[in-house]
Amino acid sequence: MKGSDVTIERVSKAFGEFKALKDVGLEIKKGEFFSLLGPSGCGKTTLLRIIAGFETPDDGVVMIDGTDVLPLPPDKRHSNTVFQNYALFPHLSVYENVAFPLRIKKLPNAEIKKRVTEYLKLVELEGHAGKKPSQLSGGQKQRVAIARALINEPSVLLLDEPLSALDAKLRQHMLIELDRIHDKIGITFIYVTHDQQEALSVSDRIAVMCQGDVLQVGTPHEIYESPATDFVARFIGETNLFDATVLNAEKIKEGPSGETVLMVELDIAELGRVKVTTVDDMKSGQKVCFTIRPEKIAISTEKPSTKRSDINFLEGAVDEPIYSGFQTKFYVRISDDAVFKVIKQHANYSDEGPDIVWKDKVYISWSADDGYIVETRKS
Amino acid sequence: MKDGARRNYGVLYAGPTALWFTLFFAAPLGIIVLYSFLKKGLYGGVEYVFSLEAYQALINPTFAAITIRTVITSFFATLITICIALPCGYFMAKSKNQTTLLLLVIIPFWTNFLIRVYAWIAILGNNGFLNEFLRKIGFVKDYMQFLYNQEAVILVLVYMYLPYAILPLFSTIDKFDFSLLEAARDLGATKLGAITKVMLPNIKAGIYAAVLFTFIPIFGAYAVPLLVGGKDSYMLGNVIADQLTKTRNWPLASAISMVITAVTTLGVLIMMFLNKRDANRAAEERRAFADAANASLGGDASLGGDASIGSDVSMGDNKS
Repeated sequence: MKGSDVTIERVSKAFGEFKALKDVGLEIKKGEFFSLLGPSGCGKTTLLRIIAGFETPDDGVVMIDGTDVLPLPPDKRHSNTVFQNYALFPHLSVYENVAFPLRIKKLPNAEIKKRVTEYLKLVELEGHAGKKPSQLSGGQKQRVAIARALINEPSVLLLDEPLSALDAKLRQHMLIELDRIHDKIGITFIYVTHDQQEALSVSDRIAVMCQGDVLQVGTPHEIYESPATDFVARFIGETNLFDATVLNAEKIKEGPSGETVLMVELDIAELGRVKVTTVDDMKSGQKVCFTIRPEKIAISTEKPSTKRSDINFLEGAVDEPIYSGFQTKFYVRISDDAVFKVIKQHANYSDEGPDIVWKDKVYISWSADDGYIVETRKS
Repeated sequence: MKDGARRNYGVLYAGPTALWFTLFFAAPLGIIVLYSFLKKGLYGGVEYVFSLEAYQALINPTFAAITIRTVITSFFATLITICIALPCGYFMAKSKNQTTLLLLVIIPFWTNFLIRVYAWIAILGNNGFLNEFLRKIGFVKDYMQFLYNQEAVILVLVYMYLPYAILPLFSTIDKFDFSLLEAARDLGATKLGAITKVMLPNIKAGIYAAVLFTFIPIFGAYAVPLLVGGKDSYMLGNVIADQLTKTRNWPLASAISMVITAVTTLGVLIMMFLNKRDANRAAEERRAFADAANASLGGDASLGGDASIGSDVSMGDNKS
């Protein structure tokens, strides 16, 4: 692996009264595609700028391959940045933009030409070397920015919401492109984004940030399937969240790695009793937060005829069906205060049965294994 | 037909401007050109007889010395002005109190030009504020001679024309994207390298404008060298005044004016040439790359490259 590992310890940064980062710690591994994901103002960009050297933290350590880089100015760090607005030099051609870092190093012209050609080829812009940035489209500018950031062969590439200025279709395309470049070059990518889809689709691991804190670090699968807090559950994908009280918990089996799996019965004011499995320790009377993803819920007009004890049933009426081709999203009203989001995939037309329409009386059901108990964050 | 009608209106619209320029710009200039080729009248004025006497009179060492001095004075005054105006414009563009700072730059214009020159005499004079201060702190016993020399002329000229340099520089720097400096640092440039390699080329237009706005008026300066300069800091403007009022040689005064016009026009032409050269260079570079790409890749390869990104090219174009 050509990349470096990046260690962030106890990093804090305040802008006046505003605390952008609170005691943040992260371990980013060599060659990883690591995403910092969070809403705007969560501190993700500040953290990236600290790694790049544009901001100095009030406290903490940033190490690249075990060396403290905080005393180094940006030009002495082995990291390069792809900026949100591309930051291409408008007075230079595409070729000279990409050659800029090499010109600074005063490499011979022949060497510069060889490498610039190579990197322009990597981002598929060979035919545009002589153009000025103003003559390029958004996607092409982004490619130039990537080539320019990579030509110095950094061990860490920092990407600050690089796709946010592109339209949806092009964003998808560039995302695949980024993934391809990452696979080819193999250096560490640290990718800042507020778009959970982007983060889920390309990252090896994701750190979800909120208000200067890292809430959870994990693979896309872990983040989506077992969110640590109600914020993560809500921010990553869509979900149904309810405050709940633990009624009773009983041990039902051993998990795959020897942990105790509990079947917990929850009391939810708006819904009644709901069953859910968890590996966390639960006491009766404990206040928790219950979540279930919309696509994990089955919806039907007839009462499902299963004998399994771990299935939760609820009865409701369709408030609003939203059809979007490959799936339909239903808002199902259970009680006056509780509306469930349910997503039905149109995988196989013949299975579908009668269409469920507005005001239909429906049954929704899900397995206790698909629900989650998450931590409630007081903020 | 419609186009023809529109064209006629165009002439009509341009009319007032054309009249304005003829009356207040071309006509006076024409008179000066005309006078410079006439014989001098006995008590001022001109005799309408063609003569090259005025231009012949220019060819003498005293005049040459004053011309050279004027060029040198203007050069240094402009250079110093730009060197001060650049950081001023930079900090104004970065500041949060832009309106206040802009106001501060403009405030001197509220006071008459001459009053401001006299203010400098009050500061720099032998009994001025500066000498008084130096006496108080015991730095000098009697006084230091600040006024009536070349340095005083340059100092006051810089002061007078600084706003003319700050304003165009501020407006271009304000439009400059400062994240480019971060990008340059990120790519390995030092602080100074980022400024010289990225910032300066991008604010070139503002620098050209600032140079013109200061060099042209300074080259024709009259009041400043007259009031704070000595006999050895006379500039062309002073010679013209002398020829008009004392020697009453109007053709000579006109001929010297023509020299000033020629030099300042040359300045403008140089700046225009520099601007054009930059544009040409860029175009040439582009052409060279296009040729090279065609030659080395051949139609096939370049087509492949284009095709794979064809979709986003068109998309981006539509958006912009």
